[in-house]
Parts: sequence; C-alpha cells; structure tokens
Amino acid sequence: MREPKIIVVGGGLAGLMAVIRVAEAGVPVDLFSIVPVKRSHSVCAQGGINAAKNTKGEGDSTAQHFDDSIYGGDFLANQPPVKAMCEAAPGIIDLLDRMGVMFNRTPEGLLDYRRFGGTLYHRTAFAGATTGQQLLYALDEQVRRFEAEGKVRKYEGWTFLSAVLDGTGVSQGICAMDLKTMEVRTFPADAAIFCTGGVGAIFGRSTNSVVCTGSAQSALLQQGVDYANGEFIQVHPTAIPGEDKLRLMSESARGEGGRVWVPQRPGDNRPPLQIPVDERFYFLEEWYPKYGNLVPRDIATRAIHKVVFEMKLGVGGDAAVYLDLTHIPREVLDRKLEGILEIYEKFLGVDPRVEPMMVFPGMHYTMGGIWVDNEHQATNVPGIYAAGECEYQYHGANRLGANSLVSCIWGGMVAGPASVKYAQGLSKGCESVDVSVFDRERRRQEQINQALLRQDGAENPITIWKEMGSWMTEHVTVVRHNQDLERTDAKLQELLERYKKINLSDRTQWSNQTLNFARELYNMLILARVITLGALARNESRGAHYKPEFPERDDPNWLKTTRASWKNGQIRLGYEAVDTSLVPPRPRRYDVAS
Amino acid sequence: MAEKKSVIVRVRRQAGPNERPHWEEFELASRPHMNVIICLRDIAERPITRDGKATSPITYDSNCLEEVCGSCAMVINGKARMACSALVDSLTQPIRIEPMTKFPVVRDLSVDRGVMFENLKRMRAWVPIDGTHNLGEGPRMSPDTQAKAYPLSRCITCGMCLEVCPQVNDNNQFIGAAIISQVRLFNLHPTGAMHARERLEAVMGPGGVADCANAQNCVQICPKQIPLTESIAEVNRQSIKQALLGWLFG
Repeated sequence: MREPKIIVVGGGLAGLMAVIRVAEAGVPVDLFSIVPVKRSHSVCAQGGINAAKNTKGEGDSTAQHFDDSIYGGDFLANQPPVKAMCEAAPGIIDLLDRMGVMFNRTPEGLLDYRRFGGTLYHRTAFAGATTGQQLLYALDEQVRRFEAEGKVRKYEGWTFLSAVLDGTGVSQGICAMDLKTMEVRTFPADAAIFCTGGVGAIFGRSTNSVVCTGSAQSALLQQGVDYANGEFIQVHPTAIPGEDKLRLMSESARGEGGRVWVPQRPGDNRPPLQIPVDERFYFLEEWYPKYGNLVPRDIATRAIHKVVFEMKLGVGGDAAVYLDLTHIPREVLDRKLEGILEIYEKFLGVDPRVEPMMVFPGMHYTMGGIWVDNEHQATNVPGIYAAGECEYQYHGANRLGANSLVSCIWGGMVAGPASVKYAQGLSKGCESVDVSVFDRERRRQEQINQALLRQDGAENPITIWKEMGSWMTEHVTVVRHNQDLERTDAKLQELLERYKKINLSDRTQWSNQTLNFARELYNMLILARVITLGALARNESRGAHYKPEFPERDDPNWLKTTRASWKNGQIRLGYEAVDTSLVPPRPRRYDVAS
Repeated sequence: MAEKKSVIVRVRRQAGPNERPHWEEFELASRPHMNVIICLRDIAERPITRDGKATSPITYDSNCLEEVCGSCAMVINGKARMACSALVDSLTQPIRIEPMTKFPVVRDLSVDRGVMFENLKRMRAWVPIDGTHNLGEGPRMSPDTQAKAYPLSRCITCGMCLEVCPQVNDNNQFIGAAIISQVRLFNLHPTGAMHARERLEAVMGPGGVADCANAQNCVQICPKQIPLTESIAEVNRQSIKQALLGWLFG
C-alpha cells in the first residue's frame, strides 16, 4: 500500500492537535507555520476551557453544555457537531491533564473549575489566566516529541500562498513561501488541513495577534473553497484600547467576581473608589439579574455601547467602563488571574488590584469561517480540511467564552483522522500528479510576487490596511446599518483599486516582510468584502449581528447559514438550512429566566 | 500653539546575516501610550530617515503584542526587552533599537532563536503520554506543586536570559536558563518525573547545567519573573544526585 502524505497549515491548538493525531496514525505530516508554532495566537487565550465535568455538585452535564452553547449561539450552529464537541470535552480535559497542563487545583488535588459567560455552572478549567498558553505549550511539546522521532517535519517561517488543485478540482498539495529566502515552492500532499485562525487584522486593531489576517482563508475562497457566516464577528466586551492592539481582559475576571460599572452621574470625575457604591450603576447586574456580569459577550458588548453612546455614561465622558476587581482578595487574584493583571499593569502602569480597570469592547473572535461538513471537518474541495477558528462550525452567531479552546482541539482531533482516512482511500495519490500541475501554480505565485516588487505607485500598504480597519471597525462590528454597510463595501472596492498602486519600498528578496504583508493585504480586502456583504444581506438581528433597522431574530427568513463562494472572480452569497434537529429554536432572553 | 512633539528612534540595520550593520535615525510623531512596535509600524508606513532619505521598512519579529508569545525581544537602549511592552514614555531618547546579539541576525531586528527549540528537543522537555485515546484523568497534584510548576511553564522562549548570560558566547554552547528551567518543570510533574533520568543525563552533557557560572543576570531580566536561578540550583542538585547514585539504582 502507498504511504499517504498529509500537510497541516497553522500551528495553534487546532493545527497541533491535528498533527498529533496524524502522526499517531503513523502517517508522515508536514507542519507549516508563519511563526515558530510556540508563538501562535492560541497563546493569547486567557480564561479557560469548558467541559461539563460537574465537579462542584451542581448537576452540570454535557447536555447542559450543549444547550448553553446552542442557545448562546442564537441557534445558528448546526447542532450535531456541537453536541459531539460538548460530549468530547471532558475527555479532552483529561488528555490535557495527562500531557502535563498546569491547571489550577482544588485542595483534593483535582482540577478546579470556574464560572464563565452564558452559563450558570462552574464549567471552565483554567491554568491561571494564561490557559491558552499552557494548552498550546502542552501540544507543542507533544509535537516536538514526534518531531524528534522523525514523524513530523516542521516548516516554521513559511507562509501558505495557495492550494495546488489538479484539473478536476482536487487538492494535491500547497504552494508556500519561505519568509526568509522568499523562495516559492510547492509541496505535494494527499490532504491539507487548514488551521489558520481568526481574521482580526481585517479590523485593523483587535485582540488578535499580528498573524491573524485571514489571508489563507481568503486565498482558499478565491480557489473555490466556500466561506460560511462571515458576518458573525465577536466583539469582546472588555479589552484595553491601544494603538497597536486591543489587549484582552479575560471574561474570567468577571467569572471570579469582577463587576462592570459606570458612575451614575454623567461627568462624575471623582476617582473610582471615592464614588460610593450607591452612586454606581452596575448596569449588567441590573439589566440581567440572573446572569449578571456573566451574560454572553454580544449582550455585554451591546450593553456597554448603550451605556456609553446612548446614555452618555462612559467614564470621564470617554468610551470606557470600569471592570472592578478591587473587592476580591489579593491572594485570590494572584492565584487565579495573575497573567491578565500583569498585562494591565505593564501596559497602563496601574495596579488593577487596587484600582478598577478601564475597558472597552474590541474585535475578538471570528465565528464564521471556512465551510466544513458536519462530520469530517472537510471543505467542499476534496483534499482540503479545516479546523479551529478559521472554520465556522461550532459557535453559531455568538461564541461562549472558553468554548474556543475546546472547539480548536476537537476540530483538530476530528480533522486529523478524517484526512488520513481520505488519503488512504485514494487509489492514486499526489505522487501520480503531473509535475506541470505544481509548476503552473508555483509560477502563478511567483508572478504575483514579481508584479508587486516591480510596482511603482504612491500607495502604502500600511495606510490602506489602516483605512480598511477603521471602516470595518466603525461599520461592521457592534451596530450595523445597511447604508453604512453599502458605503463600506464601496470603500473596500476603492481600496482594492488603490491596492494596484501600492509601493513596497522594499524590493529585496531576503526576509521582505513588506512583500508578504502586501500579499496578505489583498486577501484581507477580499475577505472584508465577504464579511460586509454577508452583514448587508442578513436583515435581522441574531447573536453578534445586530441591526437596529431589524432588531429581532427572524427565523422564518434567516435561520440559515450564509455560504459565500467565488464565481468568475466575484463573491456570491448562497444560503443553506441549519441543522436544528436536536434543540428546537426558542427565543434567546438573558434578561429573564429561560 | 503647542509644538508637536516627536520621538527620535535609531535602528541598527543589517540587510542580511553576512551584511555590514549600519544605523538609521527616524523622527516620528509622538502620541500617548506609544510603544516600540508602534514606532516600527510608523516607519513602515513612511520609510524615510530623519535626514530625508528613502529607505525600506524594518524587518522585525512580533506577534501577540502583549508579552506572551515571546517574539519581539530586542535590545532597546542597551537592554534586552520585549518591544511590545517597551513604552516610549519610559525610554530615554534617541531610542536605540538593536537585534539581540546571542542569536544569528536574519535581517535588521529579526533573529533566529531556533537553537532554543532544538535544545528543548535534546532535553526531552515533554510529558511522554501513551496516546491521545481515552485513558482517564491525569495524576492528582497538590495545589502546592501546581503553584510551584505553573510559573515555570509560563516561559515564553524569548531568549532574553541567553542574551544577558556571559556564559552564552562564541566559545561555549551553554543551553541557558530557560531550557534548564524546563527540565525542572518536567521533572516536577508526576508522569514527567518517571523519566527524569533521561533529562538529567541530557542536562549533564555538553553546554548543560554545569556551565552556569552563577552570574544571575537571567533571573533579573526574565519578563515573566521565572525563578530561573532556583531552577538551575534545583536541576544542579538533581544532576549531582543522579551522577553520584545513578549507577547504583539506574
């Protein structure tokens, strides 16, 4: 029997788990990543990972986890895959525990669990407030072990450019670029699994890392891989605004008892702790008595927008609210939240143990993504799989906190074996494909590079990127109006025109980051249009997608998945039914008991 | 009208590993809460030196911008630090930005820290599991052990402890504090401890723990306040025990 060959693109949690599963099956796997995989964006996840282990005697169950996730996602997610994920979650925690993740412990030596948004149960396992880092390292170590055994080959410092499709539209490998030598090369593979994360950079400033551009997803779309629910973008309620990045302040701060408030009186400029408690407006607790500060993120974010922009109660008249931990004992804060307190202290020079933090919502998570099937993480193009934040499957219209880490790992666990099974079932593999197929794709990509390097216009890629980001943030995040969405799409098309005149200011062929950024920028502009057009078309409000013109969820017309495809160089939106076979849709009301 | 304030930045540039380095100076518009990353982005948006010469954007490593990915370590005003948390207001101008010196320069401020990942491999810095299939829960662990191990597992592999270590030089292959601390971490874990001997044998090899000369610069510079000297002392103790008694019980 021939030996199959698998490629994984992206080395965050999903990619590393996929690699582990492929290597475990005894199949050779090549792992491509822009950064050394230990520096992937999963490292930024803070609060924890959900699994209904019911260790606090609350009667939690995987069925309850499933229901919370579907309800939290406003019934847009296909239900069977979410159910499978919730049922797998307790086993995933066990596996991570065996790998040596330093989860916080109870006095009995068991894993501790804390509260998170959108649930009433202690369901979130955590390692301080750097859980993503700890999980990423555990998987990184297992992959390093396979690497030492010769089962995995890493290509770190390489970026994905395109899939290599044969004449029948089947994927036979990838085309990638070495970011040091700028060499463009093709790599044959029977199947490629994409685990390329979120699209934060499309919004300019977000909580995401620099590499989270969505460039790979966009490149795949332009080669015929469908993209689903692009318009569903999560804006996290509590981030620290910054010019280079919006630094996340984990939901776990509220899970551990943190309270969000503003002064009741507009323009009350007293230092926060001099404002008596009865002159503070704890608006989340008041409006949502049952969930309080732990309503889902879309709800909390819209509440903050209302308080700041409609009621004009932002702290100091600015776009800011307090996230207050000062009533929690220092010892508890240090043991459970140190990682995020350190970030606030380092970047703002203020100790959040003694002074309430000032926060504001920021673009955070990409619910939509590459379309995959319900069983195998397979895309519509044979040989291409996707897992993790880059695909759309698990979070519907709004992701619950601490569900992302579990969905990444679960997606990788499914995609790895599914790709192996597909590869083993092929009668002829990638080695039988004519070399001209690979040469053609390599030349096409080299020509794009050469054209960019030759170009001699007056536009700067960073400037275009910043303009795209500010338009997307202003018009395509928390509150969306059709007129603004139309204007944004026109702006994006203008930027695509201006893109043709960009000047790289760097024509060298060695570690040319500007060339790579310019390539990503084009792909970002295309995907920005997918997000904007999806939002424009969806005339309802559901989860994170909110249109004041259409304030209600509209199941008869819009309980359906947006499926964007690429036809003759144009974006085309199609729709398909959501699988709601397990939990009938019901109204989503966090202000009253459900 | 108040005069527009500016930030003066000097960057040590190098077109490639074997090219001669040179300095370029830039004048940037000052804004509140600037960090060194924002300075480098400003330069990329307008790559013109202070004396009006067109140049290229600066190549540098960065990713998370919140000091948890470990990418953006560089030497700023003579001191190793993470560029994302290096706030302009706290730096003397002109701000001098250079690549770290203990790793090969790729281009400009970007360096190759691959040696650290290779050394993690040599030290077998992992918990060997039998497989990802369901084998139940992991070993129980006291909150005290977790509290000791967790800070060690926050190492971001930035390389700053190697940058400041006098024992890391052209004549020595010292693996450095970060890697030794990982040996301690995995020897602390109940399953990892079953394989402590392999790690100790590796860390007693060339460039291992014996090469530490106790300068203690590592623990001062670590951006995550990892008790690195404690880790070195502990691994040293374990190694000596292994060397003395290993042949008896091995």
